[in-house]
Amino acid sequence: MDTIMELDNIDRIIDKHHGEASALLQILLDIQSENRWLPWEALARVSERLAVPLNRIQHIATFYKAFSLVPKGRHRVHICVGTACHVRGATRILDTVEEAIGIKPGETDLDLNFSLETVNCLGCCALGPVMEVDGKVHGKMSPVKTSQVLKIYE
Amino acid sequence: MSEIQFEIDGSIVTATEGMTVLGVAQKAGIYIPTLCHHEKLEPFGGCRLCIVEVEVKGWTKLVVSCVYPAEKDIIVRTRSEKVDRIRKTILELLMAHAPDAPELVKLAKVYGADKDRYEKDPSFCIHCGLCVRYCNEVTGKNAIGFVDRGINKEISFIPQIAAVECNDCKQCFPLCPTSYLQAAFVLTQALAFPSAVNSGPETGE
Repeated sequence: MDTIMELDNIDRIIDKHHGEASALLQILLDIQSENRWLPWEALARVSERLAVPLNRIQHIATFYKAFSLVPKGRHRVHICVGTACHVRGATRILDTVEEAIGIKPGETDLDLNFSLETVNCLGCCALGPVMEVDGKVHGKMSPVKTSQVLKIYE
Repeated sequence: MSEIQFEIDGSIVTATEGMTVLGVAQKAGIYIPTLCHHEKLEPFGGCRLCIVEVEVKGWTKLVVSCVYPAEKDIIVRTRSEKVDRIRKTILELLMAHAPDAPELVKLAKVYGADKDRYEKDPSFCIHCGLCVRYCNEVTGKNAIGFVDRGINKEISFIPQIAAVECNDCKQCFPLCPTSYLQAAFVLTQALAFPSAVNSGPETGE
Protein backbone atom coordinates (compact mmCIF):
# COMPACT_ATOMS: atom_id res chain seq x y z
CA MET A 1 0.00 0.00 0.00
CA ASP A 2 1.29 3.43 -0.89
CA THR A 3 2.18 5.74 1.94
CA ILE A 4 0.74 8.68 0.06
CA MET A 5 -2.89 8.14 -0.76
CA GLU A 6 -4.03 8.54 -4.33
CA LEU A 7 -6.04 11.68 -4.94
CA ASP A 8 -8.66 9.53 -6.71
CA ASN A 9 -9.34 7.75 -3.45
CA ILE A 10 -9.80 11.03 -1.66
CA ASP A 11 -12.17 12.23 -4.36
CA ARG A 12 -14.12 9.00 -4.01
CA ILE A 13 -14.51 9.54 -0.25
CA ILE A 14 -15.55 13.15 -0.78
CA ASP A 15 -18.09 12.10 -3.44
CA LYS A 16 -19.51 9.50 -1.07
CA HIS A 17 -20.38 12.40 1.25
CA HIS A 18 -21.70 14.48 -1.68
CA GLY A 19 -18.91 17.01 -1.23
CA GLU A 20 -20.72 18.69 1.63
CA ALA A 21 -18.71 20.85 4.00
CA SER A 22 -20.81 19.59 6.94
CA ALA A 23 -19.41 16.10 6.36
CA LEU A 24 -15.83 17.32 6.85
CA LEU A 25 -15.23 15.37 10.04
CA GLN A 26 -16.61 12.15 8.54
CA ILE A 27 -14.49 12.60 5.42
CA LEU A 28 -11.35 13.11 7.49
CA LEU A 29 -12.22 10.01 9.55
CA ASP A 30 -12.68 7.94 6.38
CA ILE A 31 -9.35 9.09 4.98
CA GLN A 32 -7.72 8.39 8.32
CA SER A 33 -9.11 4.86 8.48
CA GLU A 34 -8.12 4.02 4.90
CA ASN A 35 -4.70 5.61 5.00
CA ARG A 36 -3.94 5.48 8.77
CA TRP A 37 -2.88 9.12 8.70
CA LEU A 38 -3.76 12.39 6.98
CA PRO A 39 -1.18 13.53 4.42
CA TRP A 40 -0.98 17.27 3.80
CA GLU A 41 -1.90 16.74 0.11
CA ALA A 42 -5.11 15.04 1.22
CA LEU A 43 -6.05 17.96 3.46
CA ALA A 44 -5.34 20.41 0.65
CA ARG A 45 -7.57 18.38 -1.68
CA VAL A 46 -10.40 18.22 0.88
CA SER A 47 -10.06 21.96 1.45
CA GLU A 48 -10.31 22.63 -2.27
CA ARG A 49 -13.27 20.32 -2.90
CA LEU A 50 -15.33 21.35 0.15
CA ALA A 51 -14.41 25.03 -0.03
CA VAL A 52 -13.36 24.92 3.63
CA PRO A 53 -10.25 26.99 4.42
CA LEU A 54 -7.12 24.96 5.07
CA ASN A 55 -6.47 26.63 8.42
CA ARG A 56 -9.84 25.39 9.64
CA ILE A 57 -9.15 21.84 8.50
CA GLN A 58 -5.74 22.01 10.13
CA HIS A 59 -7.35 23.17 13.38
CA ILE A 60 -9.81 20.26 13.33
CA ALA A 61 -7.23 17.67 12.30
CA THR A 62 -4.92 18.69 15.14
CA PHE A 63 -7.72 19.05 17.68
CA TYR A 64 -8.94 15.45 17.67
CA LYS A 65 -6.68 12.66 18.84
CA ALA A 66 -8.25 10.30 16.31
CA PHE A 67 -6.36 12.07 13.53
CA SER A 68 -2.68 11.86 12.81
CA LEU A 69 -0.76 14.22 10.55
CA VAL A 70 2.33 12.04 10.62
CA PRO A 71 2.63 8.55 9.09
CA LYS A 72 1.39 5.69 11.25
CA GLY A 73 2.51 2.06 11.14
CA ARG A 74 0.48 -0.86 9.81
CA HIS A 75 0.00 -2.19 13.34
CA ARG A 76 -1.13 -0.03 16.24
CA VAL A 77 0.32 -1.22 19.53
CA HIS A 78 -1.32 0.10 22.69
CA ILE A 79 0.23 -0.62 26.06
CA CYS A 80 -2.01 -0.05 29.06
CA VAL A 81 -0.27 1.90 31.80
CA GLY A 82 -3.36 2.38 33.97
CA THR A 83 -3.18 1.79 37.71
CA ALA A 84 -4.07 -1.92 37.66
CA CYS A 85 -1.71 -2.73 34.79
CA HIS A 86 0.97 -0.52 36.30
CA VAL A 87 1.07 -2.43 39.59
CA ARG A 88 1.15 -5.68 37.63
CA GLY A 89 4.26 -4.60 35.76
CA ALA A 90 3.14 -2.57 32.71
CA THR A 91 6.42 -0.68 32.70
CA ARG A 92 8.33 -3.88 32.08
CA ILE A 93 5.99 -4.71 29.17
CA LEU A 94 6.47 -1.22 27.76
CA ASP A 95 10.26 -1.49 28.10
CA THR A 96 10.20 -4.83 26.27
CA VAL A 97 8.16 -3.40 23.40
CA GLU A 98 10.32 -0.26 23.18
CA GLU A 99 13.39 -2.49 23.06
CA ALA A 100 11.92 -4.88 20.47
CA ILE A 101 10.64 -2.26 18.02
CA GLY A 102 13.13 0.44 18.90
CA ILE A 103 10.60 3.27 19.33
CA LYS A 104 9.11 5.26 22.21
CA PRO A 105 5.38 5.84 22.81
CA GLY A 106 3.93 8.20 20.17
CA GLU A 107 6.46 7.14 17.57
CA THR A 108 6.40 4.95 14.45
CA ASP A 109 9.25 2.77 13.22
CA LEU A 110 11.02 3.48 9.93
CA ASP A 111 9.43 0.51 8.10
CA LEU A 112 5.98 1.83 9.07
CA ASN A 113 5.27 -1.52 10.68
CA PHE A 114 4.42 -0.47 14.23
CA SER A 115 3.09 2.62 15.97
CA LEU A 116 3.38 2.59 19.74
CA GLU A 117 1.04 4.36 22.15
CA THR A 118 0.37 4.17 25.86
CA VAL A 119 -3.22 4.21 27.08
CA ASN A 120 -4.58 4.77 30.55
CA CYS A 121 -7.11 1.94 30.78
CA LEU A 122 -8.55 -0.56 28.33
CA GLY A 123 -11.31 -1.58 30.73
CA CYS A 124 -10.13 -5.13 31.33
CA CYS A 125 -8.02 -4.67 34.44
CA ALA A 126 -8.45 -8.32 35.49
CA LEU A 127 -6.33 -9.25 32.45
CA GLY A 128 -3.52 -6.89 33.38
CA PRO A 129 -0.93 -6.14 32.28
CA VAL A 130 -2.69 -5.63 28.98
CA MET A 131 -1.38 -4.92 25.51
CA GLU A 132 -3.60 -4.24 22.51
CA VAL A 133 -2.49 -4.76 18.90
CA ASP A 134 -4.82 -3.61 16.10
CA GLY A 135 -7.78 -3.74 18.48
CA LYS A 136 -7.04 -7.27 19.68
CA VAL A 137 -6.42 -7.51 23.41
CA HIS A 138 -3.56 -9.60 24.73
CA GLY A 139 -3.88 -10.10 28.48
CA LYS A 140 -1.69 -11.30 31.36
CA MET A 141 1.44 -10.25 29.50
CA SER A 142 4.99 -11.01 30.51
CA PRO A 143 8.10 -9.72 28.74
CA VAL A 144 8.55 -13.10 27.04
CA LYS A 145 4.91 -13.30 25.92
CA THR A 146 5.15 -9.72 24.68
CA SER A 147 7.97 -10.54 22.29
CA GLN A 148 6.04 -13.59 21.06
CA VAL A 149 2.96 -11.47 20.34
CA LEU A 150 5.01 -8.86 18.46
CA LYS A 151 6.55 -11.61 16.31
CA ILE A 152 3.07 -12.49 14.97
CA TYR A 153 2.77 -9.03 13.48
CA GLU A 154 6.28 -8.59 12.13
CA MET B 1 -36.11 48.34 16.86
CA SER B 2 -36.87 48.28 20.55
CA GLU B 3 -34.79 50.31 22.96
CA ILE B 4 -33.38 48.79 26.12
CA GLN B 5 -32.45 50.85 29.16
CA PHE B 6 -30.18 49.66 31.93
CA GLU B 7 -27.54 50.86 34.33
CA ILE B 8 -23.75 50.73 34.06
CA ASP B 9 -21.74 52.01 37.03
CA GLY B 10 -24.63 54.19 38.18
CA SER B 11 -25.39 55.88 34.87
CA ILE B 12 -28.40 54.98 32.76
CA VAL B 13 -27.54 53.81 29.24
CA THR B 14 -29.68 53.06 26.22
CA ALA B 15 -29.09 50.16 23.88
CA THR B 16 -30.76 48.59 20.89
CA GLU B 17 -31.53 44.90 20.80
CA GLY B 18 -28.65 42.64 19.89
CA MET B 19 -25.96 44.86 21.39
CA THR B 20 -23.53 43.42 23.90
CA VAL B 21 -22.93 45.00 27.29
CA LEU B 22 -19.40 45.86 26.17
CA GLY B 23 -20.70 47.52 23.02
CA VAL B 24 -23.15 49.64 25.01
CA ALA B 25 -20.46 50.63 27.52
CA GLN B 26 -18.06 51.67 24.78
CA LYS B 27 -20.77 53.73 23.09
CA ALA B 28 -21.50 55.45 26.40
CA GLY B 29 -17.81 56.13 26.97
CA ILE B 30 -17.45 53.72 29.89
CA TYR B 31 -14.11 51.93 29.79
CA ILE B 32 -13.93 48.15 30.13
CA PRO B 33 -10.50 46.57 29.53
CA THR B 34 -10.30 44.06 26.65
CA LEU B 35 -7.63 42.08 24.85
CA CYS B 36 -9.46 39.89 22.35
CA HIS B 37 -12.08 42.46 21.30
CA HIS B 38 -11.94 44.16 17.91
CA GLU B 39 -14.71 46.28 16.44
CA LYS B 40 -14.54 44.60 13.03
CA LEU B 41 -14.66 41.07 14.42
CA GLU B 42 -17.32 38.83 15.90
CA PRO B 43 -17.21 38.64 19.72
CA PHE B 44 -14.84 35.88 20.81
CA GLY B 45 -14.92 35.77 24.61
CA GLY B 46 -11.35 34.52 24.68
CA CYS B 47 -9.44 36.69 27.13
CA ARG B 48 -12.21 37.04 29.76
CA LEU B 49 -10.72 40.36 30.85
CA CYS B 50 -13.92 42.27 30.11
CA ILE B 51 -15.65 40.38 32.92
CA VAL B 52 -18.24 42.47 34.79
CA GLU B 53 -20.75 41.98 37.58
CA VAL B 54 -24.36 41.95 36.41
CA GLU B 55 -27.30 42.23 38.78
CA VAL B 56 -30.53 40.74 37.47
CA LYS B 57 -33.59 40.96 39.75
CA GLY B 58 -31.38 41.22 42.84
CA TRP B 59 -29.11 38.32 41.85
CA THR B 60 -25.52 39.14 41.03
CA LYS B 61 -23.53 37.12 38.55
CA LEU B 62 -20.24 37.45 36.74
CA VAL B 63 -20.44 37.60 32.97
CA VAL B 64 -18.08 38.33 30.10
CA SER B 65 -19.39 41.61 28.76
CA CYS B 66 -18.22 41.17 25.16
CA VAL B 67 -20.60 38.27 24.63
CA TYR B 68 -23.37 39.17 27.10
CA PRO B 69 -26.42 40.67 25.37
CA ALA B 70 -27.83 43.92 26.74
CA GLU B 71 -30.96 43.30 28.82
CA LYS B 72 -33.63 45.55 30.24
CA ASP B 73 -33.18 46.79 33.83
CA ILE B 74 -29.92 45.01 34.62
CA ILE B 75 -27.33 46.73 36.78
CA VAL B 76 -23.76 46.40 35.52
CA ARG B 77 -20.73 47.07 37.70
CA THR B 78 -17.43 47.26 35.82
CA ARG B 79 -15.07 47.84 38.76
CA SER B 80 -16.34 46.01 41.83
CA GLU B 81 -13.86 44.50 44.26
CA LYS B 82 -14.61 41.01 42.96
CA VAL B 83 -14.23 42.00 39.29
CA ASP B 84 -10.90 43.67 40.02
CA ARG B 85 -9.66 40.60 41.86
CA ILE B 86 -10.58 38.31 38.95
CA ARG B 87 -9.01 40.61 36.39
CA LYS B 88 -5.85 40.68 38.47
CA THR B 89 -5.67 36.87 38.45
CA ILE B 90 -6.38 36.70 34.71
CA LEU B 91 -3.57 39.18 34.08
CA GLU B 92 -1.20 37.24 36.31
CA LEU B 93 -1.99 34.01 34.44
CA LEU B 94 -1.50 35.69 31.07
CA MET B 95 1.75 37.24 32.25
CA ALA B 96 3.14 33.80 33.01
CA HIS B 97 3.12 33.44 29.21
CA ALA B 98 3.90 36.98 28.07
CA PRO B 99 5.46 38.94 30.96
CA ASP B 100 6.56 41.95 28.91
CA ALA B 101 3.61 42.53 26.61
CA PRO B 102 3.00 46.32 26.76
CA GLU B 103 -0.78 46.06 27.11
CA LEU B 104 -0.48 43.53 29.91
CA VAL B 105 2.14 45.60 31.72
CA LYS B 106 -0.11 48.65 31.54
CA LEU B 107 -3.15 46.77 32.84
CA ALA B 108 -1.09 45.04 35.52
CA LYS B 109 -0.27 48.45 37.01
CA VAL B 110 -3.97 49.33 37.19
CA TYR B 111 -4.99 46.07 38.84
CA GLY B 112 -1.84 45.50 40.90
CA ALA B 113 -1.05 42.22 39.17
CA ASP B 114 2.25 40.55 39.96
CA LYS B 115 3.83 39.16 36.79
CA ASP B 116 5.88 36.68 38.77
CA ARG B 117 3.02 35.15 40.71
CA TYR B 118 2.77 32.03 38.54
CA GLU B 119 5.56 29.87 37.22
CA LYS B 120 6.84 31.20 33.91
CA ASP B 121 5.80 29.41 30.74
CA PRO B 122 6.96 31.82 28.05
CA SER B 123 4.85 30.77 25.09
CA PHE B 124 4.22 34.47 24.36
CA CYS B 125 0.89 33.82 22.63
CA ILE B 126 -2.08 34.61 24.86
CA HIS B 127 -4.64 33.08 22.48
CA CYS B 128 -6.61 36.27 21.95
CA GLY B 129 -7.24 35.00 18.41
CA LEU B 130 -7.06 38.49 16.89
CA CYS B 131 -4.70 37.46 14.10
CA VAL B 132 -6.58 34.25 13.31
CA ARG B 133 -9.99 35.90 13.30
CA TYR B 134 -8.86 38.99 11.41
CA CYS B 135 -7.31 36.83 8.73
CA ASN B 136 -10.52 34.80 8.41
CA GLU B 137 -13.20 37.40 8.87
CA VAL B 138 -11.79 40.64 7.48
CA THR B 139 -9.11 39.85 4.91
CA GLY B 140 -10.61 36.43 4.05
CA LYS B 141 -7.16 35.02 3.32
CA ASN B 142 -7.20 32.25 5.95
CA ALA B 143 -3.43 32.17 6.12
CA ILE B 144 -3.20 31.54 9.87
CA GLY B 145 -5.09 29.27 12.23
CA PHE B 146 -5.02 27.59 15.59
CA VAL B 147 -3.56 24.13 15.93
CA ASP B 148 -3.82 21.56 18.70
CA ARG B 149 -5.83 22.17 21.85
CA GLY B 150 -5.70 22.88 25.56
CA ILE B 151 -2.29 23.83 26.87
CA ASN B 152 -0.71 22.88 23.54
CA LYS B 153 -2.86 25.23 21.47
CA GLU B 154 -0.88 27.63 19.32
CA ILE B 155 -1.15 29.74 16.20
CA SER B 156 0.26 28.41 12.96
CA PHE B 157 0.59 29.89 9.50
CA ILE B 158 -0.36 27.72 6.54
CA PRO B 159 2.97 27.94 4.67
CA GLN B 160 1.49 27.60 1.16
CA ILE B 161 -1.01 30.40 1.72
CA ALA B 162 1.34 32.58 3.78
CA ALA B 163 4.00 32.43 1.05
CA VAL B 164 1.58 34.00 -1.42
CA GLU B 165 -0.52 36.33 0.71
CA CYS B 166 1.30 37.54 3.80
CA ASN B 167 4.16 39.68 2.49
CA ASP B 168 1.77 42.16 0.92
CA CYS B 169 -0.81 42.09 3.73
CA LYS B 170 0.54 41.92 7.28
CA GLN B 171 -2.63 43.60 8.54
CA CYS B 172 -2.65 41.29 11.56
CA PHE B 173 0.80 42.47 12.74
CA PRO B 174 -0.30 45.58 14.66
CA LEU B 175 -3.15 43.60 16.31
CA CYS B 176 -0.96 41.19 18.26
CA PRO B 177 -0.66 42.25 21.91
CA THR B 178 2.55 40.29 22.47
CA SER B 179 4.53 40.37 19.18
CA TYR B 180 4.44 36.57 19.11
CA LEU B 181 2.63 36.70 15.79
CA GLN B 182 5.54 38.48 14.14
CA ALA B 183 7.92 35.89 15.52
CA ALA B 184 5.72 33.07 14.23
CA PHE B 185 5.64 34.70 10.82
CA VAL B 186 9.41 35.11 10.61
CA LEU B 187 9.80 31.47 11.61
CA THR B 188 7.33 30.27 8.98
CA GLN B 189 9.03 32.46 6.41
CA ALA B 190 12.48 31.14 7.23
CA LEU B 191 11.30 27.53 7.09
CA ALA B 192 8.81 27.57 4.25
CA PHE B 193 9.60 30.38 1.84
CA PRO B 194 13.11 31.70 2.57
CA SER B 195 13.46 33.03 -0.97
CA ALA B 196 11.31 36.00 0.01
CA VAL B 197 13.75 36.86 2.80
CA ASN B 198 16.91 36.32 0.79
CA SER B 199 15.92 38.38 -2.20
CA GLY B 200 17.98 41.19 -0.66
CA PRO B 201 21.65 42.09 -1.30
CA GLU B 202 23.16 38.68 -0.40
CA THR B 203 21.75 36.97 -3.45
CA GLY B 204 23.31 39.64 -5.63
CA GLU B 205 20.07 40.78 -7.20
